[in-house]
Amino acid sequence: MSDMEIPYTVAARPDTGLNNGKIGIWLFLASEVMLFGALFATYILLRVGAAEWPHGAHYLNIPLATLNTIVLISSSVTMVMAWASLKRDDFGKFRLYMASTVLFGAVFLVVKYFEYSAKFHHGYYPRTNTFLAIYFTMTGLHMLHVMGGMAVNAYFWGPGAKLWKTDKEHFTNRVENSGLFWHFVDLVWIFLFPVLYLL
Amino acid sequence: MVVTELEAADEHGSHHEAQSFWRTYVFSTDHKTIGIQYAVTALLFLFFGFCLMMLMRWQLAFPGRALPLIGRLFGEARMPGGTMLPTFYNELGAMHGTIMVFLGIVPLAVGGFGNFVLPLQIGAPDMSFPRINMASYWFFFLGGVTMLASFFVPGGAAQSGWTSYTPLADIAGSGQTVWILGMVFLITSSLLGAVNFITTTIQLRAKGLTFFRCPFFVWTQFVTAFLLLLAFPPLEAAAVLQFMDRVAGTSFFLPTGLVVSGQALAVSGGGNPLLWQHLFWFLAHPEVYVLILPAMGIVAEIIANNTRKPLFGYRTMVYSLIFLGFMSFIVWAHHMFMTGMGTTMAAFFQTTTMIISIPSVAILTSLVISLWGGSIRFNTPMLFALAFLPMFGIGGLTGLPLGLNITDIPLHDTYYVIGHFHYVVAPGTIFALFAGIYYWYPKATGRSMSETLGKWHFWPSLIFMNGVFMPMFITGMAGMSRRLADGGASYAFTKPVTHYNQWSSFSAWALALAQIPFIINFFWSLKHGAKAEANAWQATTLEWTDAGSPPGHGNFKTIPTVYRGPYEYSVPGAAKDFVPQSERA
Amino acid sequence: MSSDTHAIDVQKHVRAYILVFVSLMVLTLVTVAVSYLHLPVHQAIGVALLIATVKGSLVACYFMHLISEKKLILWVMALTVAFFIVLLLVPVFTVADKVGS
Repeated sequence: MSDMEIPYTVAARPDTGLNNGKIGIWLFLASEVMLFGALFATYILLRVGAAEWPHGAHYLNIPLATLNTIVLISSSVTMVMAWASLKRDDFGKFRLYMASTVLFGAVFLVVKYFEYSAKFHHGYYPRTNTFLAIYFTMTGLHMLHVMGGMAVNAYFWGPGAKLWKTDKEHFTNRVENSGLFWHFVDLVWIFLFPVLYLL
Repeated sequence: MVVTELEAADEHGSHHEAQSFWRTYVFSTDHKTIGIQYAVTALLFLFFGFCLMMLMRWQLAFPGRALPLIGRLFGEARMPGGTMLPTFYNELGAMHGTIMVFLGIVPLAVGGFGNFVLPLQIGAPDMSFPRINMASYWFFFLGGVTMLASFFVPGGAAQSGWTSYTPLADIAGSGQTVWILGMVFLITSSLLGAVNFITTTIQLRAKGLTFFRCPFFVWTQFVTAFLLLLAFPPLEAAAVLQFMDRVAGTSFFLPTGLVVSGQALAVSGGGNPLLWQHLFWFLAHPEVYVLILPAMGIVAEIIANNTRKPLFGYRTMVYSLIFLGFMSFIVWAHHMFMTGMGTTMAAFFQTTTMIISIPSVAILTSLVISLWGGSIRFNTPMLFALAFLPMFGIGGLTGLPLGLNITDIPLHDTYYVIGHFHYVVAPGTIFALFAGIYYWYPKATGRSMSETLGKWHFWPSLIFMNGVFMPMFITGMAGMSRRLADGGASYAFTKPVTHYNQWSSFSAWALALAQIPFIINFFWSLKHGAKAEANAWQATTLEWTDAGSPPGHGNFKTIPTVYRGPYEYSVPGAAKDFVPQSERA
Repeated sequence: MSSDTHAIDVQKHVRAYILVFVSLMVLTLVTVAVSYLHLPVHQAIGVALLIATVKGSLVACYFMHLISEKKLILWVMALTVAFFIVLLLVPVFTVADKVGS
């Protein structure tokens, strides 16, 4: 790996006021908005074209999903608190909040596991009808994003945390960027939950 | 500050260990190496896609006739007795399109030229995210390998058009699933690249390099990156949905009551084939601007340089470019006029489509006017750049009747469409890319390509490109449909025009021969080309004025400061007929 | 910027985070409760999307710091949202606008 310095990796460029990583993550999130947008557009088209469309409650477990919503929102708070702890130079608190974030993510996945198995147990599969098709696809893709986010967060809680010793600002920025992704995952769920489960 | 090639060795002067062969040439994070990797890989894919087309052209010229010598090599499943089966024709068609667009043009125009030239032109030591840059190349490579592998699965490669329309693509053989996987890799590659290009252009411009002092090439790469970033994800979503239909038995795109080969499909139904078309074209329309914008950028640089004049209307060109990029997101359903669309939405899309032709014309006109009063140097890059202008003009003008709902009715899905888009992309973009190769080859290799071989490449290519595609407007207007494995031979009304298929085919094979001087030139010049100076073309932009040929690690001894615009040619009172951007006022 | 004022700034933010957290919880319970009212479809959709938009905006503005973010980011996201809306609405308008209708 070369030792060439790329400017504004940590320090902000004066005219934009931003470092490279922050722009990069927001651009990536822009692409993710379009990705989930296409799936919401799919939902709209399929539902408008359907003779009948079931209520979410008919197939899905609303209390469990409400729990998952609360879990994800909580994980978003712990995530931003993890970053705030780094800004306050409190590495111990950071570790606590980051671990909580990953843990909440794990709870989310476990609940999802129970949700999906219950569906399969009842013979409800993506191929059963278009409602279930879009339900499984949207929540499945969202779940993959949860897993990805957890992996990155776990990395920053674990081996990635060594960067704190050599470059606190860089590490803080990276955690902030990882947080932005995590909040986005929460944001998608905030829309997915009512659309799929409550309407 | 002008740099001789001798200073190319190690620009940033600090001491670092030599890296292994693998880290230097294979898993490199240097944008120049990555750019060359992209370019070489893409050129190989362009060649492969071209070969697929040459095979198709045999069938179109001589439908049902055995291909001598090599026909039997394709096996009984594809060419029994050397005669092409329609399923193989469809494989060739779908894969020719896919490979040319996604494995050839975009990786060369964006991955190749963008990666190599952009950081140099903005005075940056590299891209903002060098490791993501490396990842982006390897995802492209993986996507390419996947697409090639698809030829070897049972049932063959994808054969539902490069557009993979449903429900056909939903029920097609396993090659289609491999196509989907390949597309996911390629889309990932493009998204990673787009993030990098945008961040780099915003953040790593050298001191004094305001946006309006950037070369037009930089602007085209910048806007193109936004198109890739925001338009590709819906196709990725659609690919996931098609994958679900094919593998998980869902009915996203399968309507209720679909009957295949006399049997009702055992699926839930309730899906909509048009959903695929909307999601596909939401990407694929901006995609065609991804194909053309880098080409316009390359042509602009070469024209300014070889007329020894500033570009005419630089600001207009930039504003047109931005407007074009924005409009490109709201025209897509002009590809869907024949899907039962009502007059309201047809009117909407044909209006936006007509509007989008305006910035296109503005850019082309500015480039043409830029020639006026210039001291034109007719070197090989300039010949290709000049040819681009009328070729893109023909491509653009023939797009107009397609963009209007009423005239699209008889033209949709005919050879007219094939003629239109190939004019833009083949003697359009590909000529611009050739121009770019001849132009930047000295920068990348330190040697010049042969002008003689260049001209032997250019003139026959120009003639035969027109030979292939001009007749298609005639056959298309006569009603010959596209994607017919027999070239329309089984329809009585195409009888008066089927002979044009042979014109196109002979031109295509001659076009292939015309590439031989280029291939020889490309490789021969690496070792035997005349040594090139750092500023081989007496250009004004930073890659020529401040970096060696080739540039060393880190690109610049010290990052240049920019004092002027990108096209200060023939400035009255200046010592030479060009003033480098980095020269103090 | 001294680390003191830094810490105070973050303290203000932390207060905001707690407030947003509580609001998000409340709104979650509200949106679930409303669903049990079984409103007519169009109203149900409107209310659910309104609440989701408010919740989403809180996450975006406060957790993701968009409320104090630089112009560049805001413009990129605004452009993205514009295209997002196009993608959401235009296909269904097009499919609904059939020939002869």
